Amino acid sequence: MTGQFTLAALCLLAAAAHASTPDAACTGHARNLAANCTTCHAADSHDASPLPRLAGQTKAELLQKLHAFRTGERAATVMHQIARGYTEEQLELIATYFAAHP
Amino acid sequence: MNRRKFLKAFSLAASTPAWSGLAGCAATPAHGTPHVIVIGGGFGGATAAKYLRMWSEGRIAVTLIEREAHFVSCPISNLVIAGLKNMADITADYDKLSKRWGVRVVIREAISIDMDKRRVHLAGGERLGFDRIVLSPGVDFMPEQVEGLAGNAERIPHAWKAGPQTKLLRRQLEAMPDGGVFALHIPKTPYRCPPGPYERACVVAHYLRTHKPRAKLLVLDSNSEIQSKKALFAHAFDGLYRKIIEYRPDSTLVSVDAKGLRAELEFDTIRGDVLNVIPPMRAGRLVDALGIELVNGRWVDVDWLTMEARGAPGVHVLGDATFPAPTMPKSGHIANQQAKLAAAAIIELLAGRTPDSAPMLINTCYSFVDDRNVAHISSVHRYDAGEKTFLPVAGAGGLSAAANEAEGRYALAWAQNIRTDMLD
Repeated sequence: MTGQFTLAALCLLAAAAHASTPDAACTGHARNLAANCTTCHAADSHDASPLPRLAGQTKAELLQKLHAFRTGERAATVMHQIARGYTEEQLELIATYFAAHP
Repeated sequence: MNRRKFLKAFSLAASTPAWSGLAGCAATPAHGTPHVIVIGGGFGGATAAKYLRMWSEGRIAVTLIEREAHFVSCPISNLVIAGLKNMADITADYDKLSKRWGVRVVIREAISIDMDKRRVHLAGGERLGFDRIVLSPGVDFMPEQVEGLAGNAERIPHAWKAGPQTKLLRRQLEAMPDGGVFALHIPKTPYRCPPGPYERACVVAHYLRTHKPRAKLLVLDSNSEIQSKKALFAHAFDGLYRKIIEYRPDSTLVSVDAKGLRAELEFDTIRGDVLNVIPPMRAGRLVDALGIELVNGRWVDVDWLTMEARGAPGVHVLGDATFPAPTMPKSGHIANQQAKLAAAAIIELLAGRTPDSAPMLINTCYSFVDDRNVAHISSVHRYDAGEKTFLPVAGAGGLSAAANEAEGRYALAWAQNIRTDMLD
């Protein structure tokens, strides 16, 4: 039940970090946001896929890439358009979730 | 009692090695296990079944009812018609849903839903009870809206549900003489996959250009303009394919003659060597069992926080069958995203909690304009509590500047990964 513990811990962290957004508590909000990404970036995506796995990348790494997509600093075909659809707070939740679920 | 019978079968399944991967999660006693039935194993239903099992960590029993033994993907099926991919590339099975995730997969047709007794009647007489039910029935066609079309799908294929129709249209295209005419008819919006017909026009034209250069492709669009990626498709129609494609807007089909392969429009009659008519469509007819009023008589209105059909509590409807939120397309990608939203909401509701009140959805649709160049359309949708619907996020989403080879690789990777996300 490690997964559950991690999730519970993550929820507490998320709730503490985002007291202003009750959704970030324990309704699985962060997990649900992260699940938006896995349609393309599947959890079992194979290593050679041009659409890489996100789980297990560090939070800093993910946020750095998402920000670079959002500003246009990093060239993209579609990711700049997707990254601009999320608030800073949402990107934090997504990056935290993937970093905690290797 | 059917529920007990099911749970018995379910606990038997739980003792097989196939379940070993979930053994650590099966601690909940069987009699306390809620049961969710999912009908329809497409992008919506298969994703919902998997995510209900995965996110509940095995605490919810899930039965997936699907009439076909294999999943056949509509995305990429236009490439099969054009001879660039084959049926095996778009076909998959449901084995991992049962073996890895513990979904009970029942390959049978659901005949009806008894809403009072909360059970599903299957072909062959079996009845299955449920606590909540997910319907992902896709679309059903309304060929009766075009005189002469009903019952003639062998002669005049739609190929708008991938499978035998895909192969049939491929054979017809191959058999067409050089110098022949392929006529493609597009119904009025909303229909499944807004850019799909235009992609089909492009890849069929690609095939004609390389195999039957004297042939013509007539695109008869009921709509007054191209419905998705307009500039990108217009660029291909007027450029690369200008000698092959003739695009005719406002061309509603009045009747067809299956024997003579004639199509009658309001002001013209066309004779084709291949007639590919995509008929008008509506929510899969299974939703009629709910006894609710459909939007425009065709689509299911849903509560976007749970995907529950309005007027049918406990019934969650996904994908193409829904009346869409503003700018939300009927796509496999969206069905997959809605399925996760529904799975998350069902888990909360069954636990007596309130579902996530701020969900988000993404859509990305890739279209091939030839054998390797692809263009996309994307959008991000946020739930708006005031409007009680999803609205596109301003400043997000968009189109490819031009079709390109990099996105050709991404499109194929997308097709592989979404399948992994829903079935593996």
